[in-house]
Amino acid sequence: MRYLPLTQPDREAMLGVIGAKSIDDLFVDVPASAVLDGPIPGLPMHASELAVERHMTKLAAKNLAAGAAPFFLGAGAYRHHVPASVDHIIQRGEFLTAYTPYQPEIAQGTLQMMFEFQSQIARLLGCDVANASMYDGSTACWEAITMARRVTKRGKAILSGGLHPHYVSVANTMAKFTGDQLVTSLPTLSLTPDTDDLIAQIDDDTSCVVVQYPDILGRIADLSKLAEAAHAKKALLVAVVTEPVALGAIKAPGEMGADIVVGEGQSLGVGLQFGGPYVGLFACSEKLVRQMPGRLCGETVDAEGKRGYVLTLSTREQHIRREKATSNICTSSVLCALAMSVHMTLLGEKGLRQLAAINHATASAAADRLASVPGVELVTPTFFNEFTLKLSKEARPVVRQLADQGILAGVSLGRLYPGADALANGLIVAVTETTTQEDVETLASALQEVLA
Amino acid sequence: MSTINQSGWRPTTPEAGEAGDLSTFTGNRALMLDEALIFEIGSSETTGVDFGEVPAAPSRLGGLERSAEIGLPGLSEPETVRHYTRLSRQNYAIDLGLFPLGSCTMKHNPRLNERMARLPGFADIHPLAPVDTVQGALEVIDQLAHWLITLTGMQAVAMSPKAGAHGELCGILAIRSALDAQGQQHRKILLVPTSAHGTNPATAAFAGFSVEDIPATEDGRVDLEALKARLGPDIAGVMITNPNTCGLFERDMKAISDAVHAAGGYVYCDGANFNAIVGRVRPGDLGVDAMHINLHKTFSTPHGGGGPGSGPVVLSAALAPYAPLPFVEKQGDKFHLVEEETAGEHHAGTFGRMTAFNGQMGMFTRALTYILSHGADGLRQVAEDSVLNANYILRSMTDVLEAPFAKYGPCMHEAIFSDKGLPEGLSTIDIAKGLIDEGYHPMTVYFPLVVHGAMLVEPTETESKAALDQFIGAFRSVAARAKNGDPTIKTAPHFAPRRRLDETLAARKPVLAWKGAVTAEAAE
Repeated sequence: MRYLPLTQPDREAMLGVIGAKSIDDLFVDVPASAVLDGPIPGLPMHASELAVERHMTKLAAKNLAAGAAPFFLGAGAYRHHVPASVDHIIQRGEFLTAYTPYQPEIAQGTLQMMFEFQSQIARLLGCDVANASMYDGSTACWEAITMARRVTKRGKAILSGGLHPHYVSVANTMAKFTGDQLVTSLPTLSLTPDTDDLIAQIDDDTSCVVVQYPDILGRIADLSKLAEAAHAKKALLVAVVTEPVALGAIKAPGEMGADIVVGEGQSLGVGLQFGGPYVGLFACSEKLVRQMPGRLCGETVDAEGKRGYVLTLSTREQHIRREKATSNICTSSVLCALAMSVHMTLLGEKGLRQLAAINHATASAAADRLASVPGVELVTPTFFNEFTLKLSKEARPVVRQLADQGILAGVSLGRLYPGADALANGLIVAVTETTTQEDVETLASALQEVLA
Repeated sequence: MSTINQSGWRPTTPEAGEAGDLSTFTGNRALMLDEALIFEIGSSETTGVDFGEVPAAPSRLGGLERSAEIGLPGLSEPETVRHYTRLSRQNYAIDLGLFPLGSCTMKHNPRLNERMARLPGFADIHPLAPVDTVQGALEVIDQLAHWLITLTGMQAVAMSPKAGAHGELCGILAIRSALDAQGQQHRKILLVPTSAHGTNPATAAFAGFSVEDIPATEDGRVDLEALKARLGPDIAGVMITNPNTCGLFERDMKAISDAVHAAGGYVYCDGANFNAIVGRVRPGDLGVDAMHINLHKTFSTPHGGGGPGSGPVVLSAALAPYAPLPFVEKQGDKFHLVEEETAGEHHAGTFGRMTAFNGQMGMFTRALTYILSHGADGLRQVAEDSVLNANYILRSMTDVLEAPFAKYGPCMHEAIFSDKGLPEGLSTIDIAKGLIDEGYHPMTVYFPLVVHGAMLVEPTETESKAALDQFIGAFRSVAARAKNGDPTIKTAPHFAPRRRLDETLAARKPVLAWKGAVTAEAAE
C-alpha cells in the first residue's frame, strides 16, 4: 500500500520492542463483541492510483462544469478568473500540510499570511480588525448575530428580506436552540431594498439589524441611514457581503457605520467547488474585538526583539475557555484565506478596482441586452454584477429547460424560495469578467425562444 | 573534463571557523530569509493581473461609488510568488517531517487527492446548479456517505458540517431535537469528561446545554460507576471521545452506552481519534448515537495551516430522522438533493440547515479518493500501523519520561507522557521547544488537562520505522537534557526562524492589522 511505509519485518521488529505477540495484543481494550476479524465485507479493496483516477474522472465527467457552458449563476457563489499562481502557492506543502500555528517559532509563514489577510479584509470591509477567517459566510453571519447578543445583552435580531435565504435558514436553525428571537421576511421584487421597513422595526429589544450588501437580488442600498437608526436604539448594524469584488466599486459597509461586517470570501481566489470549502469573513470595530469569535493573529516580538506573529486573544476561544468561549469554532478556513489573500495581493488596489469596473460594465450591458428580450423585465435599477429579472413565466422550469440545452441561466427565486408565488418568476443573473458577449447572446436568444 | 577556461573559477576548500556575532547586511542567514509584509513591499499602483480595457458604461451603483482609497497593496506576479514562497519556508509541515501533534492526526496528504479535487467537473460547479447537471457531484457525496456509514456501522450520515466542531454541533442538535420530540425538554445537562477537547463543552454551551464533568478512573478511562450514579431524568446524554484524548480505548464504552440509553439519554462520540480504529471497530457496535468524523484527520484531507476542515456526522437510527438539510438521496438511477422544499413528509423531523449550500465538496472528493486508494483492507492497516507506531514510541520512552498509563496496557494511536520528574523551572514547553531545534514539530502540549504537563504524541501510520527511530532518538535526547537541567533548553529554540515569542505582549497590546498607509510607489 503506497501510503504505508512500514514493511512486514519492520512490524515484527517493532512488536518485539513493544513486547507484544501480534497486533491484536495492542487492541486488547476493545471488547471482543466489537472486534472485526477482517476487512469489512462488501467494500472494495485497495486500488492503484490509476484505477482511482479513472473512477473519479468518470464521476467528474457527469457534471457540467461552469467553464464548459454559458454560465450566469451567483446568489452567494461567484465564478471569477483565478490567476494560476494562486493555486500554485496554496499547493506548496509548507502551507498545504501545516497545522494551526500553535508553535509560532516554526509557523511564521502561516501567521504572517494570517496577519496580512486580516489587514486586507479589515480594509476591504472598512473595519478596524478582521479575524483569520470562519467556515463560510452563512456561519459567520450567525456568529455575528450571537456576538451582537453578547455585546448588547439583547436577544432580538432583525434580518433583512434581502439576506441570502440559506443564511436566514442557518440562523433560524440555530435560533431554535439558543432562544434568540429572529424577525425575518421574504424579499419583494421591488426597486429598492427594505431599509425603511427595517428601520421601523428596530426597538429597545433589538440586538442587531442584519442586512446584505449588495442584497440577494443584487440591489445596493446606502447603509448610513440604517446604521444611524440602529445606533439610536443602541442596536448594532451587521452587514453581510457575499460578493467582495463589489467592494472594489462601492463603499465599504464599515465606512457607512456597520459595526460588524461578515461575508463570504469565495469569489476571490477560491473556486465554486459545489459550495465548499469557502472562507467566512468577519470584521468589526476595535472596541468589540474581545467579543469576536474565531482565530486572531497578532504582532509581537521574539526573545531577540525581532518582529513576529502569534495567535492571540485566545482566552476567547474554546480550547482555553471551554463552555464559556465566544464560540465553539476551532478550525477556520486558513488555506482558503491564503488563496483569497494571494489573489488580493496580485490584484492590489488598482487591480481590484479594475476588476470591479469590468464586472459592473459587463453586467450592465448584459442586463440591458436581456431586458430587451420580450417577456423579460429588469427588476433591479441598482446593482453591481448581479441583477434580478422578472420573466413572463415561472423561472424555475425555464432554468431547467435551458440547462437541458447546456446553458446555466442563473438562479431562479423558485429554487431559493419554494412556495413563494410572488417571487416565482424571478431569476437572479450574475455576470462577471468570465462572461463573454457571446454567452450573453446565447442566453438572450434562448430566453426569447422559451418565453415566446 | 570541461574545456572551458576555468581561470576565473575558484574552487572552495572547506575551512571551519567561528561565525561569532557575524551579522549580514540583509539580516538573512543564507536560506533563512526574512520577508517584509505585503504592505511594506507593495504599492497601490502595482498589479499582478492584466485586464483589457474597461468597457465604458453608465454607473448603476446608486451613488455609492467608492471614493476613499481601500488601502490594498499590489505586487507583480514574480514578487507575489517570491513573497509567499519565502513565507512558506518559515513553516513546519508534514511534507518536511514527522508531525506528532496528538489528536490532530497529521498524516501524509496524498497528492492524488489534490489532483482529483481540481478536475473541472468537481472544482468548477456551482452549488445551486440544476441537479441534472451535477449528478456526478451528488454521486461522490453518496459514495462517500456509504463508506462512512459502513465503516462506522451507523444508520445515516449528515454530510454538510464544515469541520469537527461544526459536526459536534450537528450531533448535539440532533440529540436535542430527538429529546424535544419525546417531550424531554427538561433534559438539559450533558456529561463530558475533563479530558475532552475544549470544543465539546463549548459546543454543548453553544447549543443551550449545561455541562457537568464525568470523573476518570486511575487508568485514564471514564468512571462507569460514577457515570451511572449521575444519570437521571435531567441528563440529555454524554459526549465521550473514543479512543480518548489520553490515547486509550474506553473499554466500557458499550456499558456506558447501555446505561445512558436505559436512563433515556443519548451517546455522542467525538470521532477525532477514529484513525486508531477505522476498519477494526465500528462505533455503531458500541452503542454510539452520533459521531463526527474529521475528514482532515482520518481521511487525509490537508489541514492547510488551520482549515478548511470537514465534519460529517454519522447517526444512529434513533437520531437519523433529525439530520440537517441538505442531503443526497438516490431514487432509481437519479440523485436528488433534499433541501427545505423537498424535506416534506418523510424528512419532516429535520432540525434544519447548518450552512449555506452543500458542505465541503472539495474535501469530499479528496476523502473519497483516499478511501478508494486504501480500500477496506488498507484502512484496516491504517489503524493497525498507527497504533503500532504509537506503542513503539511509548515503549521506547518509558525509561526517560513518565508515561502515566503505560502500566495499564497498550495505548491506541497516541502515547501520552507527563512532565513529572523534570527539575524545578523546566517543563513540557521546554521539551517542546527543544524538539523544534531537532527539526521536529512538537507534540500536543498541556492537553488533555488530566495529565500534568501532558505531552501527547501521535506519529500516525505514514511514518517509516527509520523516521520513528530518529524521532525517538531526538525525543530521548531532549528529555534527557531537560531532566539534567540543561539551561540551553530553557531558551530553545535557537535555530528556528524566530526565538520564543512574547505572547503576553501580543495579548496585552493587540496589534491585529497593519495600520500604515500604502503608497503609490513601491518601497525601496
